[in-house]
Amino acid sequence: MASESLWTIFINASLVNNFVLAYFLGICPFLGVSAKLETATRMGGAVTFVMLVSSICAFGIQLLLVAIDAPYLKLISFIAVIASTVQLVEMFIKKVSPALFRALGIFLPLITTNCAILGLALFQTNKGYSFVQCIVYALGAGAGFTLALVLMAGLREKLELAEVPDVTKGTAMALMIAGLLSVTFMGFGGLGG
Amino acid sequence: MAAASKSSTDEFIKGLWKENPAFVQVLGMCPVLAVSNTAMNALAMGLATAFVLIMSNIVVSSLRSFIPKQVRIATYILIIATFVTVVDYVIQAVSLDLYKALGAFISLIVVNCLILGRAEAFASKNTVGRSIMDGLGMGIGFAFALFCLGAVREILGAGSLFGAQLFHDAFQDWVVMILPSGGFFTLAAWLLLFNWLKQRKERKARNADSAALTLSKEVL
Repeated sequence: MASESLWTIFINASLVNNFVLAYFLGICPFLGVSAKLETATRMGGAVTFVMLVSSICAFGIQLLLVAIDAPYLKLISFIAVIASTVQLVEMFIKKVSPALFRALGIFLPLITTNCAILGLALFQTNKGYSFVQCIVYALGAGAGFTLALVLMAGLREKLELAEVPDVTKGTAMALMIAGLLSVTFMGFGGLGG
Repeated sequence: MAAASKSSTDEFIKGLWKENPAFVQVLGMCPVLAVSNTAMNALAMGLATAFVLIMSNIVVSSLRSFIPKQVRIATYILIIATFVTVVDYVIQAVSLDLYKALGAFISLIVVNCLILGRAEAFASKNTVGRSIMDGLGMGIGFAFALFCLGAVREILGAGSLFGAQLFHDAFQDWVVMILPSGGFFTLAAWLLLFNWLKQRKERKARNADSAALTLSKEVL
């Protein structure tokens, strides 16, 4: 597994095994922040950044845990690192762009409980990726997440104008669109090999 | 605190139906969709989540006066992660097949918004007894929802339930139900059903109201 080329890893993480549509990771922000295109793009950016940082941290922690022979601490230390990374990103965004901070609202702290990020950290250790492979994997996963989020937001903005039956409004409709998107993404199967 | 007048039975019941975490609050969707491809996986995941939820509710609620407000989220996550690690090792010891089928999703119980949500919204403000009832209700409600989803997907996608064949050989499996997209579709269908039931109830209540109103006018 560890000998995959970087390109394959990227395509796999972003399209073929898209984190949202094939692994069901990060569904909460996917359904929650995908109502507006602009918010979706920024959320995607924030998640990609946190993914990149926590992927690098997780790689270091894994080395350390193997060295001191304490694999049972993996989960706890991963989540602690991710939580503090999110805290840092939150402070950074608050300082640089208060408008963006308001737009992201509750979902920024919720990146902590975004399964996509913890999932990424766990998958990369399971697959035994090298340092460079980890970075590419994180970038691919982030790109895939952003892509899914942006596509979803675009579709939902159009649907605002459409007339749908009362019962299907809200989450049910979002889930049906997600299902269709997921079918579409299956078309990428076999691309990464 | 707001619900101080409610009995603990109410706390238990509300999680099962009225505030069902998966169908009504739409929380903790990732494992709901990811491991519900067979009824067995779904049930195991539901029970594991329920266990973590109950245990973390107990600990959070008994420590609630000691945890400083500023670091409460981090503390809750560490408490949850501890129990998840326990569950992870237990499942690995009991059934290796199940462990392989559920994969990383057992570890991912840590980031299930449902558990953190209950710790923050309920256990940190209520007594241990009530938190246990809340955890039980929400946990069982969640497991029930997962099972509903898993059963539908397995019956349609593989023509079986808990691995037992249900239909004649000529039954054409709906492969799409086992695939990721099937999860989205099945959950959407369940949500539609819930929405429809809710709207019908509201309509009935409204009709009853207006009927009562005309009746009272006639009497006057």
